[in-house]
Amino acid sequence: MNTSLRRAVVATAVATLGLPALAACGGSGDKGGEASGGKTVTLVSHDSFVASDSVLQEFTRQTGYKVKVVKGGDAGQAVNQAILSKSHPQGDVFFGVDNTLLSRALDNGIFTPYEAKGLDRVPKEFQADAAGHRVTPVDTGEICVNYDRAYFADHKLDPPKTFDDLIKPEYKGLLVTENAATSSPGLAFQLATAAKYGDDGWKDYWTKLKANGVEVVDGWEQAYNERFSGSAGGKKAKGDKPLVVSYASSPPAEVVGAKPLPKEGPIGVATGTCFRQTEFAGLLKGAKNTEGGKALVDFMLSRTFQEDMPLQMYVKPVSQDAKLPEVFTRYGAQVTDPQTLAPEKIAKNRDQWVKEWSSLVLK
Amino acid sequence: MVLARPEVTEAEAAGAPDVTGAPAARQAAERAPGARRAATRLGLMAVPLAFFGVFFAYPVASIVTRGLTDGGRWQLARVGEVLTDPGIRDVLWFTLWQAAASTALTLLLALPGAYVFARLDFPGKRLLRAVVTVPFVLPTVVAGSAFLALVGRGGLLDELWGVRLDTTVWAILLAHVFFNYAVVVRTVGGLWAQLDPRQEEAARVLGAGRLAAWRRVTLPALGPAVAAAALMVFLFTFTSFGVVQILGGPRYATLEVEIYQRTAQLLDLPTAAVLTLLQFVVVAALLAVHARTVRRREATLRLVDASRTARRPRGAGQWALLASVLAVVALLVVLPLAVLVLRSFEGPDGYGLASYRALASAGAGGGTFTVAALDTIGNSLTYALAATAIAVVVGGLAAAALTRREGRLVRGFDALLMLPLGTSAVTVGFGFLIALDEPPLDLRTSWILVPLAQALVGVPFVVRTVLPVLRAVDTRLREAAAVLGASPLRAWREVDLPLVGRALGIAAGFAFAVSLGEFGATVFIARPDNPTLPVAVARLLGRPGELNYGQAMALSTILMLVCAAALLVLERVRTDRTGEF
Amino acid sequence: MLRLEGVTVRFGGRAVLDAVDLDVADHETVCVLGPSGSGKSTLLRVVAGLQPAHAGRVLLGGRDQGGVPPHRRGVGLMFQDHQLFPQRDVAGNVSFGLRVRGTGRAEIERRVAELLDLVGLPGAQKRAVGALSGGEQQRVALARALAPEPRLLMLDEPLGQLDRGLRERLVEELRGLFGRLGTTVLAVTHDQGEAFALADRVVVMRDGRIAQVGTPMEVWRRPASEFVARFLGFENVVAATVTGGRAETVWGSLPVPSGTEPGECVVLVRPGGVRLGPVPGGLACEVVSRTFRGERVVVRLLPEGGPELEASCPLGAAPGVGERVGVSFRVDDVVVLPQSRPFP
Repeated sequence: MNTSLRRAVVATAVATLGLPALAACGGSGDKGGEASGGKTVTLVSHDSFVASDSVLQEFTRQTGYKVKVVKGGDAGQAVNQAILSKSHPQGDVFFGVDNTLLSRALDNGIFTPYEAKGLDRVPKEFQADAAGHRVTPVDTGEICVNYDRAYFADHKLDPPKTFDDLIKPEYKGLLVTENAATSSPGLAFQLATAAKYGDDGWKDYWTKLKANGVEVVDGWEQAYNERFSGSAGGKKAKGDKPLVVSYASSPPAEVVGAKPLPKEGPIGVATGTCFRQTEFAGLLKGAKNTEGGKALVDFMLSRTFQEDMPLQMYVKPVSQDAKLPEVFTRYGAQVTDPQTLAPEKIAKNRDQWVKEWSSLVLK
Repeated sequence: MVLARPEVTEAEAAGAPDVTGAPAARQAAERAPGARRAATRLGLMAVPLAFFGVFFAYPVASIVTRGLTDGGRWQLARVGEVLTDPGIRDVLWFTLWQAAASTALTLLLALPGAYVFARLDFPGKRLLRAVVTVPFVLPTVVAGSAFLALVGRGGLLDELWGVRLDTTVWAILLAHVFFNYAVVVRTVGGLWAQLDPRQEEAARVLGAGRLAAWRRVTLPALGPAVAAAALMVFLFTFTSFGVVQILGGPRYATLEVEIYQRTAQLLDLPTAAVLTLLQFVVVAALLAVHARTVRRREATLRLVDASRTARRPRGAGQWALLASVLAVVALLVVLPLAVLVLRSFEGPDGYGLASYRALASAGAGGGTFTVAALDTIGNSLTYALAATAIAVVVGGLAAAALTRREGRLVRGFDALLMLPLGTSAVTVGFGFLIALDEPPLDLRTSWILVPLAQALVGVPFVVRTVLPVLRAVDTRLREAAAVLGASPLRAWREVDLPLVGRALGIAAGFAFAVSLGEFGATVFIARPDNPTLPVAVARLLGRPGELNYGQAMALSTILMLVCAAALLVLERVRTDRTGEF
Repeated sequence: MLRLEGVTVRFGGRAVLDAVDLDVADHETVCVLGPSGSGKSTLLRVVAGLQPAHAGRVLLGGRDQGGVPPHRRGVGLMFQDHQLFPQRDVAGNVSFGLRVRGTGRAEIERRVAELLDLVGLPGAQKRAVGALSGGEQQRVALARALAPEPRLLMLDEPLGQLDRGLRERLVEELRGLFGRLGTTVLAVTHDQGEAFALADRVVVMRDGRIAQVGTPMEVWRRPASEFVARFLGFENVVAATVTGGRAETVWGSLPVPSGTEPGECVVLVRPGGVRLGPVPGGLACEVVSRTFRGERVVVRLLPEGGPELEASCPLGAAPGVGERVGVSFRVDDVVVLPQSRPFP
């Protein structure tokens, strides 16, 4: 829409609705006051972003900035929203773009380069934009096949460990995964097979997987909470699949809050089926509070923030000095060699692969 | 035909100018001092028009324009490409036929229910009517997972007969019945209760059998209401999103789902724009048909006080009907809701309040979820109240402007108000993002955006509830007040407001319940981190772990109870003559 | 008090009021009488300001009311079906006009009690209007219209929906009441009995025009046209040619009052002036039906030529159905009407 028309529309609307009052009440209703002011830094993220209040207060204590968090849907949506609003960004820092979506964000140029303090403590393997510093890695984790320990114990069957195991007849009809077109773990699993079997080989693999009775549902929630027999939700919902594509952090998550802690969690991880997902933060181009944004990105690599993340978001810290909580070390799986793919490669093939995957697996 | 219309009304006016002062005189009265009334009406419309302009038309136009232009040039070739894509055609075909099938199935199962709720008296009727409405206002995330307990593996059907319907189209159809049962019961039943039973009795006396009397007298009278209900159900199922996603599995996609994927996941705005326009066309056509049937319904019927028409069931037939309707309600509506409640009490050590206790202490204890449940409930109530206030003001003014029937402009405005019901939430949400990004309209990081988006959905309900009542207010009551010395404003306050007050109350309550359960618009808007109940439920469901799952169920139960309480209050104040819901 | 000058209202090209002129004096009760569709209700609506006139002027107390909205005209209007405010009780309805004028609470209470006494519903303040009978609603509507003491009170079919006994009693009460209060009243009705009982002057309307104005007696005794005569319920109306003190009609030769102009005209014979005697004595007729009307019997007669006749005779003297009688006419009850279009 052209600008003058747009102005006219806006002016009329403002006059009619008394929007100044509306805007004023909108602003004053927010905890932490105006986003534009120097004392607030606005973090734009997805729905899964969580941080302890005490940690955010620590940031305020250290820097004087208050954090205002704005969330918009799942990771994909949040990234798309950030891209669409790049001419007038919603905040100062964006957190939550992962390696599967990174190229789209970078290609659209939504970030300003900034080399965060503390990056020296982050291993190079996580630094996807080490040359440009447009994004800073914050957390990492793996998407892996999870298994229901009780099921395999009851059936006196060894749980699968690798991708090749999953197409063996003894695991026929046991796996539920997510739609790669709509679900982030679903996509990660497809990418993992592409990383493992190559640009064309993955299709062979999926043909076999389909023949072995893989079930596809739309979202992680249905897969994990409804179909997977090992999760709390799945037990109530009488889930019928002992294998599910989920996170390496799901086993510790299942026992968090249990009293007393069990000897062994109900869920295990097939460590040979993992794909690494790293989440990044970046300073938004056009940010109103650049200094505050930089401070926030720095803070996200601090030990305080890094050690808060695991129990808030079920992810692992990227900073080497951060310690994992006990529940992670005790119940979590040690994934030593996850599959990875370069963000550029993902960006190049993603849409085509998803299309091929859909017609291969869903139709 | 259309052109001939004015003459027809004039002929009518000339035919009976003096009888009881009524329609003819009224119409004529409007024509003469037309300018002032037109000005008044325009004044009344200004706020709703501005509201819809800024918070609906402008954002949607922005996102569609963004999709269909490239560097300022229109890319209309895209339209042809999308429309000829066989994949898209499959989606459109599925969307249409599942909506038609869902509508038929809903009518089949809910029409007997409409009769029972309208004409039979039985204990607990009010409570039950509130209960069947709960699914309609529940977010699909919650209701979808509850419904799985009925048709999914390990669900009741599976246990009893080994029948599993999840990921089949039957699950989608049945869930659509679950969601829209109340639409039929309320729209058709509401009218049925007010049809004068003596008309059917008159037909019986004239020699018609029971069935013949029903077919010849009651059915034609109900016809328009059935058509209106059917169209609403069709509209809701045509734009179905959550149900298809959760129950249908990845093989089924409606236009709405496709728009969501193209916009939110793939950032394929051109295709999304074409699909949005396509959906607009279908929805606009539906609304046009709906407006016609509604007009016909208002025009012709003689209605009586609903409380006089209901009786205790008599005879084996009526008892059997009552029993079968109650069975359907129990199986399709109550059972899934009950499963939800049950699961909220299920803990690792058997049944108990563990999940609720976790909710109460969340944020402090386990550290798994930072927003305390009480805050979430508080947020939801605040948002819902704000959304209700906006919806009542905007919808009330719109209804006042629409009170007088005539004029194509007015009818167009009526349909415009309904359009948000048929527009993808993701389109609106993303539209907000790119349209409302400059001061003074930069509300993107303000909490007010959420109630504004919710109000978009609430306004049509307010209009549809209040409008019929306003139209039923006798113009001469206003005239009586004027002759007694009341200015037009005073007359409105003294005459219209008290009569419409109850309808407004009901509309407000309904808008409140709908806002409480609203999920789509809320989740697609970036907003400060004050999650509403449905958003918190979705977030809890999105995390692994016993604790989260139990809390999700507990929060859902709370949401359900709040919705049910709001609806139950409505049942108490139901007037004899309320609108379509 | 009220003056209409050439008031015209058109609905879709048809004139519902066609250049109506009318004067109502202070303290006068004027009744507009006419069939449905004659424009009487529209007349009231124009005066009240609810219906704009396309031409002409409405003056109240000498001032042109053009552009004055209804609530500033200071007139009262009692609607045909009362239009009581359903959500208010009796007191709430009656006090409405006082409240919108900002009258004090104590004064309102006093006036409401007084008015309810006046209309014969003492102590009804708290009753719901929905629970009232038609007659009671009527009285409440009247009290409501009277409360603000309008300078002109207008009544639209004031007694239309009431049963006969109640109606007759109320007519008398109203007349007494208006006399005591000195109210100026403009009423419309289609019932001639009501109009004659209530009014100082009667205005008969037809198709948006005034057909006759006069005192009830004048109108009754000398209808100005065949239309008025027929509307007043006279059936014995026939075309005639007057020559030398007699009128030639299909019923034979009738006597006419002396001084009647010779020529074509229409003649009305009041039923009381139709005398029945033996067959050779006059126009031979057969008795078609008898209808008791209290003290008298109305007998319908079929003459050998011409339309049916109606006669009114004392209870004892009425012939039976099928009897043949000879009819003659009393000159006092023969009224010569000006020639007019035949009544459709």
